[in-house]
Amino acid sequence: MNSSLHLWLIPLLPFAGFLVNGILGRRLPKWMVTTVALLAPLAAFGVVLQTTFRSFTPMELRSWNDPGPIPALLSLPRIETFGNWINAGALHIDFSFVLDQLSLVMLLVVTGVGFLIHVYSVGYMSDDEGYARYFSYLNLFLFFMTVLVLAGNALVMFVGWEGVGLASYLLIGFYFQKKSAADAGKKAFIVNRIGDFGFLIALFLLIANFGTLTFTEIASKLAYPGWQGGVVTVIALCLLLGAAGKSAQLPLYIWLPDAMEGPTPVSALIHAATMVTAGIYMVARLHPLFDRSPFALSVVGLVGAATALFAATIGLVQNDIKRVLAYSTISQLGYMFMACGVAAYSAGIFHLVTHALFKALLFLAAGSVIHGLGGEQDLRKMGGLWRKLPITFAVTTVGVLAIAGFFPFAGFFSKDAILYAAFTQGPGGKLLWAVGLFTALLTSFYMFRLWYLAFLGKPRGEQQHVHESPWSMLAPLVILALLSISGGWIGIERFSAFLAPSVGARVPVPSSLFPVPFTHFHLSLEELLSIVAVLVALEGWAIADKYYRRKPASPAQLAAALPGGYKLLAGKYFVDEFYGAVVVKPLIGFSKYILGWVVDVGILGGAVWLLGAVATFAGAILQRWQSGNLRSYAAWLAAGAAALLLFVLAPWNAVWPLAINFIWKVAGH
Amino acid sequence: MNLFAQEVPLSWYLLLSAALFSLGVVGFLIKRNLITIFMSIELMLNGVNLSFVTFAHQWHQVKGQIFVFFVMMVAAAEAAVGLAIIIAIFRVRATLAVDRIDRMKL
Amino acid sequence: MHLILFLIFAACCLAGAINMLLQSHPIASALSLIVVMTSLAVLYLLLGAEFLAAAQIIVYAGAIMVLFAFVVMLLNASREERTRGSRAASLVGFPAVVVILALIATVILHIQGLGAASMSQGITSTEELSVVLFTKLLLPFEVTSVLILIAILGAVALARHGHGDQEHQAPKERTTRP
Repeated sequence: MNSSLHLWLIPLLPFAGFLVNGILGRRLPKWMVTTVALLAPLAAFGVVLQTTFRSFTPMELRSWNDPGPIPALLSLPRIETFGNWINAGALHIDFSFVLDQLSLVMLLVVTGVGFLIHVYSVGYMSDDEGYARYFSYLNLFLFFMTVLVLAGNALVMFVGWEGVGLASYLLIGFYFQKKSAADAGKKAFIVNRIGDFGFLIALFLLIANFGTLTFTEIASKLAYPGWQGGVVTVIALCLLLGAAGKSAQLPLYIWLPDAMEGPTPVSALIHAATMVTAGIYMVARLHPLFDRSPFALSVVGLVGAATALFAATIGLVQNDIKRVLAYSTISQLGYMFMACGVAAYSAGIFHLVTHALFKALLFLAAGSVIHGLGGEQDLRKMGGLWRKLPITFAVTTVGVLAIAGFFPFAGFFSKDAILYAAFTQGPGGKLLWAVGLFTALLTSFYMFRLWYLAFLGKPRGEQQHVHESPWSMLAPLVILALLSISGGWIGIERFSAFLAPSVGARVPVPSSLFPVPFTHFHLSLEELLSIVAVLVALEGWAIADKYYRRKPASPAQLAAALPGGYKLLAGKYFVDEFYGAVVVKPLIGFSKYILGWVVDVGILGGAVWLLGAVATFAGAILQRWQSGNLRSYAAWLAAGAAALLLFVLAPWNAVWPLAINFIWKVAGH
Repeated sequence: MNLFAQEVPLSWYLLLSAALFSLGVVGFLIKRNLITIFMSIELMLNGVNLSFVTFAHQWHQVKGQIFVFFVMMVAAAEAAVGLAIIIAIFRVRATLAVDRIDRMKL
Repeated sequence: MHLILFLIFAACCLAGAINMLLQSHPIASALSLIVVMTSLAVLYLLLGAEFLAAAQIIVYAGAIMVLFAFVVMLLNASREERTRGSRAASLVGFPAVVVILALIATVILHIQGLGAASMSQGITSTEELSVVLFTKLLLPFEVTSVLILIAILGAVALARHGHGDQEHQAPKERTTRP
């Protein structure tokens, strides 16, 4: 029962896939590359599933309405250590993996969705020249992501953290011959690094204050009531900076829309389902720290809410199908941060899971559309695709309904859990709830806008060779669609009960009952809020319907009526330009002129020149000493001998007093 | 004062030796002719010989005198070889002025 | 007696040495040096080293200085030319020599327990010298003879006619590859 879980297999199998495909990929036939590439995540998923089954009693034995704790056959958390890494004084860091409920959930998402996307990529990238390279990078990403999820201490997590940033860079810049793609890769990596700086500072502060980076030890140290505010807040805020970089929150979200330059499966995997969720995972993992700092929690919540609203407004007017989805991702991540901000970590993780499912679905479907249209990504040139791409249309509909939060799709359960948790958290929480509700309206609107523009209506662009995607691409879509429908049915109570040992229990709020007029039913607050949310989503659909189906000319009229507002939104609030002018340009100027000219040429070059000049100058002076003239040599010899004699004889008793006497006589009188 | 029976303090001999040595060094520095410089070296050697003999007299040891003997032998050999070298240089350079002979390359 | 003899011959030494420095013709310097050598021989005798006195005259004055004179005549050396000179020699050298002389003189004047020489003290006989030379110091003695042999060979090789004044011949063309 307590045998080793072989957790190390989970990262190792994708790493092996990376090595094989990376080193030998070019020379292997395509079918072999595909097999290796698919085998790795499948095997990893298999190990995760096996671990899962060992952790649960079969579902049939549980009654549906019993939200009690689920006894496990396998006691979690399980910690596996592979050896000592750092042993410096009091600091002791191991290579350790920890498996608890939280990491188990994340692993299921990462390996499961990852495997589906691998399968999809087989079809999507089949014509690409860098086929083997693509899969090796994808496997590398899986390796780092699993390391991040399984990490038992913050330093191993940081390894995974940085590694997924690297894999993201490689994959975003996959079409590196295109300048925009290469630039986007660089932008992603650099902005991530800014966040990583915050993470690093947090690591240093953790070491300084707690003397350890292991999560369990930090949690046990934080159990003492003395820790409150102060340095804990600082650490939490630094961690938030790191999470904001990785999970694309304000102000470090700018890389995610540009990251759409990468292949669409990459956008699905990394920038929807897994890498961007690393920030939320980290916050949930270090929740003892955040729990002790109400200030940091409120900052988290505010950042999340602001980001959600901000990104949703930008997504309203984007014309690239992938950009809409990118801003939607940022917005949904804001929801997850909002959930963490009100200490409803399990609600955030729940939304993470469901979001992974339906966002991956939406991205892959968009990829299917793009593939079918031969590369067209502009929504204004699509339309009427529901006839030619029926399966894609069906799954996209499922995805749109899920993200808008309609019952009984997955998004409904998770989004409502977040909104309810926010509402019940005091006056600030009600503000968050209001923002979240408005954002849900916007989300519903722009998702249906996408749906109408892409699939319904009359065809607008060139659509001669539109074809449905191959089954290798459609099968994962269908699976994800099914999961998007059913993924939320586990319910937030059971989910948070399951996660409770790792993220803290949900604080039960006394629920008031509201009578429904004209009936004898009573609704709990939760149910009432859910109904409100669904109504809001319907409203969003109605607005989208009006603008994009019944009166197709109205968007243009509205844009003409509010030109300033439209320009602001379409220009993404000019944040990139702002950063460019305020941060990038001065930095480049500083590097070029001060560092380039003053330091590099002036100081360093000058120092080197100075060395040479000193040597030359000294040499020129000393050169005159070697004249070849025998007599001068003899003179210097004599001088040296005199000096030596003086030196040897000087301490001799009689000489000094004599000399001093003599000098005294001469000088004094 | 009986001049005839006076003793000579040995320090005078040593002072004479020092004087001869310094004159030898001065000669080495002043003179411009290669052969004369060589002769100054011989003068230096002689000054040293004198101090050796003085000390041999002081300590009643024969070793001091034997050392002088060896110095003389070596000085003879050195003079022979040195003069041969001077002749060889003179053949190439055609001058004995030491200030003109300041290049290694002949 | 001793004192007077010492004074006379010490004066001769110094005079000869100074004269050697002041003369401009090398042969005159050589002759002055011979005077110094001979005076030194007398001083040795005053200090009781009879063998060394004889050796000084025979070897130094009679052989080495004659060699010098031969070389001067062979090379037809003439009065010293006024050449560019060396500033270092006068600026650095002279003070150095003065310092050296002063130091040594100071040391000498402060040695304790130096005795005095007089006529009544004995002469070291040649027999004493040769006993030590041929028994205890036989090896250095033999090595010295080898040294003189080498010196002869060297001098002959260096100074013979045809050494060093041949023109460099152009290297012949290589007809075969090495």
